[in-house]
Amino acid sequence: MKGKLVLPLGHKGLIIGSLIVGLVLLIAAFGPYITARDPYQHRLPRALETPSLEFPLGLDSLGRDLAARMIYGSRYSVAVGLFAVLGGILIGSWLGIMAGYFGGAWDTLIGRLVDVMLAFPGLLLALAVVSALGSSLTNLTIAIGISNIPRFARLVRGSVLAIRNEEYLEAIRAQGAGNTWIITRHVIPNIMAPLLVQMSFSVAGAILAASGLSFLGLGAQPPLPEWGVMLAQARDYMRVAPHVVIFPGLAIVIVIVGLNILGDALRDIWDPRL
Amino acid sequence: MLAYATKRILQGVPTVLLVSVLVFLLMHMVPGDPVRIMSDRTATPEDIERLRQGLGLDQPVHVQFTMWFTRAVQGDLGRSIRTGHQVADELLHRLPRTLLLTCASLVFSVIVGIGAGVVASVRSGSFLDVSIMVKAVLGMSIPPFWLGLMFILLFSVTLNWLPSSGSGTWQHIVLPALSLGLAGMGLIARMTRSTMLEVLRDDYIRTARSKGLSERAVVYKHALKNAMIPTITVVGLQFGILMAGAVVTERVFSWPGMGWLLVRSIHDRDFPVVQGALLISSISFILVNIVVDLVYALLDPRIRYQ
Repeated sequence: MKGKLVLPLGHKGLIIGSLIVGLVLLIAAFGPYITARDPYQHRLPRALETPSLEFPLGLDSLGRDLAARMIYGSRYSVAVGLFAVLGGILIGSWLGIMAGYFGGAWDTLIGRLVDVMLAFPGLLLALAVVSALGSSLTNLTIAIGISNIPRFARLVRGSVLAIRNEEYLEAIRAQGAGNTWIITRHVIPNIMAPLLVQMSFSVAGAILAASGLSFLGLGAQPPLPEWGVMLAQARDYMRVAPHVVIFPGLAIVIVIVGLNILGDALRDIWDPRL
Repeated sequence: MLAYATKRILQGVPTVLLVSVLVFLLMHMVPGDPVRIMSDRTATPEDIERLRQGLGLDQPVHVQFTMWFTRAVQGDLGRSIRTGHQVADELLHRLPRTLLLTCASLVFSVIVGIGAGVVASVRSGSFLDVSIMVKAVLGMSIPPFWLGLMFILLFSVTLNWLPSSGSGTWQHIVLPALSLGLAGMGLIARMTRSTMLEVLRDDYIRTARSKGLSERAVVYKHALKNAMIPTITVVGLQFGILMAGAVVTERVFSWPGMGWLLVRSIHDRDFPVVQGALLISSISFILVNIVVDLVYALLDPRIRYQ
């Protein structure tokens, strides 16, 4: 019976997801070793050239090598996704632990804060922060990080509440363990599973949000080869040279598919209820 | 039910208030002097001081907030720095088009998503199920703005079936709504499938089957009704995601809604408009969530008696 419930990808999902995500991380880490070309070098006479043996993904509107730009671009997406989500996890988990573990006034205060942050739909909290701080890749990372705080605060609070009154914690406390010891040694290891599952979905969401906001001109700025920026610049030429919009978008799709498959697989493994 | 509704609506009040405080404070974190941004270069220091007093910006922050909030409640969100028009008028003029786009994609993603999820759950494990779920993950992974660009390439440039920008006729809304709604469709399909699978294992479904009901009646009358409850929560959240996502989609399709105005105002540093747009969007989202909770309570009596 249970075999039917597991997503059809089963644990193949873990393999496929990790392969895609691992490959992207490798490309981001070793970009300069993969392509010898400069992502900023103009070749104006050859602008918008279609894919060829020399330039496997073609050239953009300024004759820059699209493949080199996409390889370098992976660094920005990976960096924004990881830093934004790690920041969100750190602050969110801290708030969630305070609220769930200590309860009382902390819980009410943090709960209110989280409610207010969640009252901004979707991208809008990040958009609001960017509009206040100004458009740049760093500010975009901060903004997406902030918008990730409430989700993690809620998740961690729920997980902490679920284990707070377990008997084994009672026993450890009776042995004289302090709050810090209990939280770092017993509470945090117990919430790692849901945290990691949510993390892979959140990195996917952060990369999507970053590319969308950069596309609007509110994140990375040209000539940076960030994928959203590349799409914004390519947009005007897509009727004459579709390859300039197709490839950067496909790159985003592949990364997000990988992260979603990985997240699904982790959830399958650690949370067999679903 | 009335008591529950009143309680739920009253709970929304402090959230709206706190959201207003946050929006107000965010715009005060903006680096630089808003008065200098607003006034032209020929302004003398006296002009700037007069403008500052006129806007109440020489007052302490809490006084400024009270002034701004009192006016906002009365429908006065200030004037746009760029155009000089009333912010409320500009936003209300564009809000219906954003809501139209949001609702069109929501309807699309709900109908197709629930349908696909039910089919996948009933045929769980089959090739059809696998192919629906693969498509759902794919749909959730495609950036809506890029999907929009691909739709324009295919349906407007190559096939010449539908317009690539503007608004006015039903043809204009098809591509933006589809590209915006696809991600939600995937999410709703997955959610529906997993809750349906859970519900279909319940005892009352076995009872329904054993008393000889047709499979159709079991699935649609008994299972789907109960599986809808968690799905409705997702639909409420989805409304917010779509409304925010519309900001990007509107830009792709030059759809003259609120999102487009918001982005342009951020670029122009037209803060009263940004403030107003953020406020209206989040209040709409809070209202939709209250409605969702009420529908939830209507469907599930356990909630309203808690």
